[in-house]
Amino acid sequence: MHPLVEALVAALILIGAFFLLVGALGLARLPDMMRRLHGPTKATTLGIGALLIASMVYFAAVRGGFSVHELLITLFLFLTAPVSAQMLAKAHILRSGAGRDLPPTGRRAEWATLDDSKPDGT
Amino acid sequence: MRAHLLPHPLLTVLVTLVFVFLMNEVTPGVVVLGLILGLAIPLLTAPFWPGRPRLKAPLTIVEYALVVLWDIVVSNIEVAKLILFRRGESLRTRYVSVPLDLETPEAIAMLAGTITMTPGTVSADLSADGKALLVHCLDTGDPKATVAAIKARYERRLKRIFE
Repeated sequence: MHPLVEALVAALILIGAFFLLVGALGLARLPDMMRRLHGPTKATTLGIGALLIASMVYFAAVRGGFSVHELLITLFLFLTAPVSAQMLAKAHILRSGAGRDLPPTGRRAEWATLDDSKPDGT
Repeated sequence: MRAHLLPHPLLTVLVTLVFVFLMNEVTPGVVVLGLILGLAIPLLTAPFWPGRPRLKAPLTIVEYALVVLWDIVVSNIEVAKLILFRRGESLRTRYVSVPLDLETPEAIAMLAGTITMTPGTVSADLSADGKALLVHCLDTGDPKATVAAIKARYERRLKRIFE
């Protein structure tokens, strides 16, 4: 492997590891549940992204082929991470009584989590 | 009849492509198996997804993806700075309510996902009538500007793509 490619892969892995570490730190250090949610949902984007690009460059250099598995991992992450984050947020709003602190919707309807009307009534 | 056999043509293409990518090789066998899955899965799941999203401007998706990728890189660095150099209590954290102009559920889902994946904001809830999005900001000095940025950068483009 060319030393320049090696350096590029190493740099990408370090960048990825750094952002994953920051994401984990955020999860541990931020003071409340909603703020903590920012840590892990962010780390997956740039941290995992850099690691996956490193993996693609490495295998392209070693085996010569172009690997698309990494792109799929990115796709699945982008599909699943926001859904789980939103589920966590909704559970938090419902269970912690944080509903009082929410801004108004600006509509007649309430926020969906706090809405008592039947689902088919809307 | 065509709508019965192919409820979601785009989903068919997507499932086939994802299967081929999963196999990581393009051979006739893999493509045929992918096509079978791509035809069967939309048919079997059609009852759960009655609406048919239309893509009005498919090329805008490329532009949208580039904008989002750029924002992810920039704001990841911003959030890293916040986490490393600011005390958690000093962050100006707050919820903001983003009124939506988008109508199609698929477009709203894309917007909510984008907001969560771009650092600094997490979409937390949707109003019961689907016309406003609750967004949690990690640190914002000017909530109005945050809302305006979300609407200008993401929603405007999604509206072009879907509606």
